[in-house]
Amino acid sequence: MPAAQVASRVNDFVIKIASVNGTGSASANGLLMKSIFRSGVPVVGKNYFPSNIQGMPTWYEIRVTHDNYRCRASSVDIVVAMNAETYAKDLAEVTSGGYLIYDSTWPRSALLKRDDITVLGVPLARMCNESFNGVRNRILMKNICYAGVLAALCDIDLDQIRTLLGETYAKKPALIDSNMKAIQLGYDYAKQNFQCPLPLRIEKTNATAGQIVIDGNTAAGLGCVYAGATVGAWYPITPSTSLMDAYKSFADKMRVDPKTGRRNFVMIQAEDELASIGMVIGANWNGARAFTATSGPGISLMQEFIGLAYYTEIPAVIWDVQRVGPSTGMPTRTQQCDIRAAAYASHGDTRHVCLYPASPEECFEMAPLAFDLAERLQTPVLVLTDLDIGMNDWVCPEFKWDDSYVPDRGKVLSAEQLAKLEKFWRYYDHDGDGIPQRTVPGTHPTGAYFTRGSGHNQYGGYTEDSKEYQIVLDRLRKKWMTAAKLVPPALIEQDPRLDMAIVSLGSCDGAVKEALARLKAQGVHLNYMRVRGFPFGEEVERFMGAHKMNFIVEQNRDAQLRALLTLETGVQKGNMKSILHYNGMPIHAGYIVRGVMQAVQDTQRPAAQLVG
Amino acid sequence: MSFMVKPKVTHPDLPKNELGLTRRDYEGANSTLCAGCGHDSITAAIVEACWANSVPPQDVVKLSGIGCSSKTTAYFVRGGHGFNSVHGRMPSVATGASAANRSLYYIGVSGDGDSLSIGLGQFCHAIRRNLNMVYMLENNGVYGLTKGQFSASADVGSTAKKGEVNNQPPIDPVQLAITLGAGFVARSFSGDKAQLVPLIRAAMHHKGFALIDVLSPCVTFNDHEGSTRSYLYTREHYEEAVHTDFVPPAQPISVSYAEGQSLPVTLHDGSRVLLHKVDQDYDPTDRSAALARIVEKQKQNEYLTGLLYINPEQPEFHELNGSSDVPMNRLPYAVLNPGAATLARTLARYR
Repeated sequence: MPAAQVASRVNDFVIKIASVNGTGSASANGLLMKSIFRSGVPVVGKNYFPSNIQGMPTWYEIRVTHDNYRCRASSVDIVVAMNAETYAKDLAEVTSGGYLIYDSTWPRSALLKRDDITVLGVPLARMCNESFNGVRNRILMKNICYAGVLAALCDIDLDQIRTLLGETYAKKPALIDSNMKAIQLGYDYAKQNFQCPLPLRIEKTNATAGQIVIDGNTAAGLGCVYAGATVGAWYPITPSTSLMDAYKSFADKMRVDPKTGRRNFVMIQAEDELASIGMVIGANWNGARAFTATSGPGISLMQEFIGLAYYTEIPAVIWDVQRVGPSTGMPTRTQQCDIRAAAYASHGDTRHVCLYPASPEECFEMAPLAFDLAERLQTPVLVLTDLDIGMNDWVCPEFKWDDSYVPDRGKVLSAEQLAKLEKFWRYYDHDGDGIPQRTVPGTHPTGAYFTRGSGHNQYGGYTEDSKEYQIVLDRLRKKWMTAAKLVPPALIEQDPRLDMAIVSLGSCDGAVKEALARLKAQGVHLNYMRVRGFPFGEEVERFMGAHKMNFIVEQNRDAQLRALLTLETGVQKGNMKSILHYNGMPIHAGYIVRGVMQAVQDTQRPAAQLVG
Repeated sequence: MSFMVKPKVTHPDLPKNELGLTRRDYEGANSTLCAGCGHDSITAAIVEACWANSVPPQDVVKLSGIGCSSKTTAYFVRGGHGFNSVHGRMPSVATGASAANRSLYYIGVSGDGDSLSIGLGQFCHAIRRNLNMVYMLENNGVYGLTKGQFSASADVGSTAKKGEVNNQPPIDPVQLAITLGAGFVARSFSGDKAQLVPLIRAAMHHKGFALIDVLSPCVTFNDHEGSTRSYLYTREHYEEAVHTDFVPPAQPISVSYAEGQSLPVTLHDGSRVLLHKVDQDYDPTDRSAALARIVEKQKQNEYLTGLLYINPEQPEFHELNGSSDVPMNRLPYAVLNPGAATLARTLARYR
């Protein structure tokens, strides 16, 4: 075996598995990632999958990160090449001094020529063909087998793997034995033929105590159950579908009356997104907490109804798990490309409350918050996550729930309150905060009013009178100012001596934090602000105004966050510079570091950033 | 203007229903439709039916899309909430509203433009879900608010006011609803209150989706010679197949028909519809036979009317979902919150 070895890197390296989708590699990859996590070592699991069911290339990347970074790395140390179709590409991706593991059942030497890496051939197919029966079973076991090879090479605890298999297949014990047999085959082969472990290895620590591994869609679905949502209406669309699946699966366990067996929730698979948002609006109008989950194309279809809910002041919670656009785009790749579309969805003067969670734990926490804001403000709230948060595996602090939580249902009048009223005025600003009072059908005849998307006056009546129309529209703006005080404020890390900063949102957070640490190590110091809600609070403008240069980091081509900041704050355009990542892969720290260093060198003032 | 309130003058001798309310208590704002519009007669029939059924006004939820017909939800039962939503999408709003509270009466009012073109998909899917609602389709064959274009229900050969002849076949909501499996499908005529009121009363008691397609001539844009939806043409070509009487729960049947001519059908709440066959060959409980007869009559340019198909046994939306009897919007948070301990247990598998 040739090649210069990489320096020993305990608990800090990247494994990437290239396989064909629909061949069972997902369970092997999950098993590996979880085993490392169970050894107390933080991981980042990224699944790069095709918009396809079977037969197309798919990759899973496990970043082992003792520093607990939360983004992908830009380089790969070990590649497991299980897909002949992508061999050449996968080979090229290995960092110099890294390793390539391939199935040596068939000769592939011509393709595998690279002198600066170590190539390890394992006859996976041959071993599995000799040990298992059935075509499908052999394919599945071949993929489990490489997990055993990696366990030997990287010193991953076999007992941990066995325990995990036991948990996964608790109801199918036969599968535990066959899977373990395949793992042992790979493990033994590696032990006998290679020098194990490699310098890239796992060492047990305790860095994941109190942590869980979960994806954002699962967290959001769970959050909606805890938020008290009772109606979920949706139309299937990648990458949001698993959010509704999660809600249903949790509700099936947590929301079924033990005595009657009846459901304390309603799930509706709509005929399209136009219907799903209509259902959400109808249910919220009628006093239930209702939500939908969708992605960019669904947001496009929902525009008309979102405008109706804005103008008629009906709460709604819409999860937008963003994917690559425009149009159908790349449905299984990630982007933050709906920032602008969500903020100003629909025709006419409309602006919408948006939340930008950065991680699964924030998806969970922002679920009740989204409903509270929607009902307090009587308006749609769009929660913008993305495929990276929604469908990838994240190490998060274990979610906690405070049982003293009381949902904020906003200004809903009760039958007793209505009985004392002579007249109910639906759109009248009693409190000076721009938020009117609301009634729910079936409560009291005095509370009845007519909801209409056509012109209406502050009493709830139809109008085509200029003055009456404008009173309502101006009050809606006042409500918007109130919203700015209620959405979660931006998170700010600020040293007043610094005059450069990064401003970002959502899933960029992990990459930004790692970039800041790497820049700091190079002597470049920046402050950081992550916006979490729209409308922006006054702290956003204040922070940006305190910096000569704000790097706006986001994952879209057209600088949509910067566009919002330009429109909605007084920050000068010249004090903002974009760092944009929009190729469909999640952003990584190196990209931001390069962007910042480039700008710093361009402006030739790096000295100003050096802090003693 | 629908915000205008009619002066409410009540005469002490006005008849009262079981709740002590008069018909005036079920009225709404003044209609802004054209004088003589068929829709206003339908509104009056809805008022009469709600009063006769002694429904608490606040338990009536009125939903509509966009169009002349959709405006009428403001003109009846002012004590109930109304929702004039977006064009063609009333069924989805009704679905969500019904999901939130299964205990109210949902009356959707739509038109042929709203339901059969832009809203055809939502109309069909509300039927598939067997949403528990009354769906009034006020059918005039024309787009009124945009001044006289043909709708998807216009008959072949019918002429527009300016002389254009329609050459595309109509979508018949009645045939469509029967095909899709609706359990209560009726057709009526805005000018026949005696037929329409018991149909609406029965539809409100039917558990599931109840369609009433009401031929409702547009006096302004579709009441001329050459139109197959004019008052004159409709009167000459509508034929009652089944006359329906509605008998509320625990009330004796007082109408008498000759032996073999009347078929009582019991609804889930104990109320009954008495189906009096005007057309002896017609069987409103036989889906395929009913459909065949409607098609046959259509070929002869006749509209069959009455309760054309009934099957009260199909599970409705909430039964299919297995929903709790307590409406979703009345479940206290204590019941909805799985609790911190459950969360810790649930997250164990993510450790």
